[in-house]
Amino acid sequence: MSATGWPLVLPIITPLLAASLAFGLRRWPLLQRSVSILGMAAMLLFTVQLLGLVADHGPQAVAVSTWTAPFGIVLVADLFSALLVVVAAFTGLVVALYAGAEVGRGRESHGFHPFLLILLAGAAGAFLTGDIFNLYVWFEILLMATFGLLVLGGEKVQIDGGVKYMALNMVATILLLTAIGLLYGMTGTLNMADLHIKVAEVDDPAMLTVIAVMFLLAFAIKAGLFPLFAWLPASYHTPPMVVSALFAALLTKIGVYSMIRVFTLIFTHDMAITHGALGILAVLTMVAGVLGAAAQTDMRRVLTFTVVSQIGFMLIGLALMTRMGLVGTVFYMLQDILVKVGLFLAGGIAVRYAANESAYGRLGGLWMNKLWLAVVFLIPAMALVGLPPVSGFWGKLALVRGALEAEAWILTGVALAASFVTLYVVGRLFVTVFWKPAPALTEAEAQARAAYAPTRGDMALMVPAVTAVAVVILGLGIFAEPVLALVDQAAQQLLDPTAYITAVLGPDAVPPAPTLIGGVR
Amino acid sequence: MDSLILRVATRILAALMLMFSVFVLLRGHNDPGGGFIGGLVAATGIALSSLADGPEMVRRVLRIEPRLMAMIGVVAAVGAGLLSVFGGDVFLTGQWGYVLGVKVGSPLLFDIGVYLVVVGAVMAMLLALEEEED
Repeated sequence: MSATGWPLVLPIITPLLAASLAFGLRRWPLLQRSVSILGMAAMLLFTVQLLGLVADHGPQAVAVSTWTAPFGIVLVADLFSALLVVVAAFTGLVVALYAGAEVGRGRESHGFHPFLLILLAGAAGAFLTGDIFNLYVWFEILLMATFGLLVLGGEKVQIDGGVKYMALNMVATILLLTAIGLLYGMTGTLNMADLHIKVAEVDDPAMLTVIAVMFLLAFAIKAGLFPLFAWLPASYHTPPMVVSALFAALLTKIGVYSMIRVFTLIFTHDMAITHGALGILAVLTMVAGVLGAAAQTDMRRVLTFTVVSQIGFMLIGLALMTRMGLVGTVFYMLQDILVKVGLFLAGGIAVRYAANESAYGRLGGLWMNKLWLAVVFLIPAMALVGLPPVSGFWGKLALVRGALEAEAWILTGVALAASFVTLYVVGRLFVTVFWKPAPALTEAEAQARAAYAPTRGDMALMVPAVTAVAVVILGLGIFAEPVLALVDQAAQQLLDPTAYITAVLGPDAVPPAPTLIGGVR
Repeated sequence: MDSLILRVATRILAALMLMFSVFVLLRGHNDPGGGFIGGLVAATGIALSSLADGPEMVRRVLRIEPRLMAMIGVVAAVGAGLLSVFGGDVFLTGQWGYVLGVKVGSPLLFDIGVYLVVVGAVMAMLLALEEEED
């Protein structure tokens, strides 16, 4: 355990304090926005520091308020969670920057920035907690913040989407809470590292599998897996584009993160059932997601469905539970957060030129006069498909290679086929928004569009935000080597949680013999 | 709702509930209770008087915007955690000292923070709902 653990605490409390400050400054929009951006920048700084610490010295843990593990709540950072908080903080910074040009004074003064910061605190908390009940608490905080962001502005479609979102997510949290209660009843501990040890001692594997499946269902709703993703396309296209970007980037990933954490650290006792189910869900989610995206003719809805299909890809590695597969999963997750921010934000600018209309028939003609926008849209779009030289290529390469090595032919075939359909979807999207001639407009429509178009001041915020994302995606693709080395270490820590457990419980808590199926290591 | 019986009863009940909420808050240090449940009791009392006397009355009596109260609570709770810096301890570790001969510690400040968050958040939601009806 590190001495006082501030590197683990700061990424969580920085956005929380900034949220309070931003709320106090809600009558001064510029000041509030500065607090929000500075808070995110500070959070990014602290998370990078944490990543450096974890990369150099292995997993870090701290027992908050000195109640030692396994009794108190611990915060733990292994490489996987440290990498995720860095990317999350970067996303938060980009979104806070872009928001100034998009959400408008009304929403800003009603608490956009505090909700945004609380959401980031919730994300950091979920990634860093080492206690499964505490994970549930962070999910509740996320739920509150996201519901606030979703209905902020109070338009009718937003309330409609918000209610669907809330209803299904409440089911998930209640299911999660029930599962946690049952698991606590069986093992007598909530500490995830301790659970790894205690679960191996449970003599009722059937009941344990039932609980594992309950966790699977709860996180499947959160992550938007087939067939439980209905809330996602029903709500993501209703709020301002920048809120959709944030949700698409972070929310489902927190579900996927929890799934990976729980199914590598706790439930590895019956992988034929749990990880087999994950494989089937991965296949169905990929198929349902791409077909949904191919069927839509509205940019926002198409992008929303790509969120679903990409979640399927991320699960491949977890279903395989091999080193190469997990490398693919972790890398794909990290880059997909950036890809979603990039696509939704660049799409948001494109939509602004069309008076916030996103139907295919109402878009077009941006290639000739907005070439830079086409470029910053194309980079994440290529990553979404998995084309070199951008980041998505390495993620898909590792996933497909992992699936081939494990001789999982169906997963391999579906992943490649789904990528192919994604190429069609993205191609059609790009042609429609940028190459197709602009639709014929009446005089009044043209004037309305001119009024919606981003002003010079908006551009000063939007361009750096979107460009930064595109540059990072391109950079991750070209200089993938150092990141992949880190991700490889992260995958090894996931497969062999000894270092994680030692960090939490000390070197004396010798974990039992590895429960992984033979041939994995 | 305009009911004489409710209004008269509320005057006594709301006051009792607020007092009880402080008792629960302070009791929480060593026994069941604490900021969260105390805050809920207080919020129930205030909600009752908002039913009897209307949301405008409650806003006037509260004097402070409920959401702001919640945010002050967050600062108080996190601040109480940050006090552990001075003892060189881990975040949220209790710090103790004597004020006028009475032993006080940061856990109380943390609980008061939680109390304010709960009262503020619940009242913000309830008042918004009630005002929608008018």
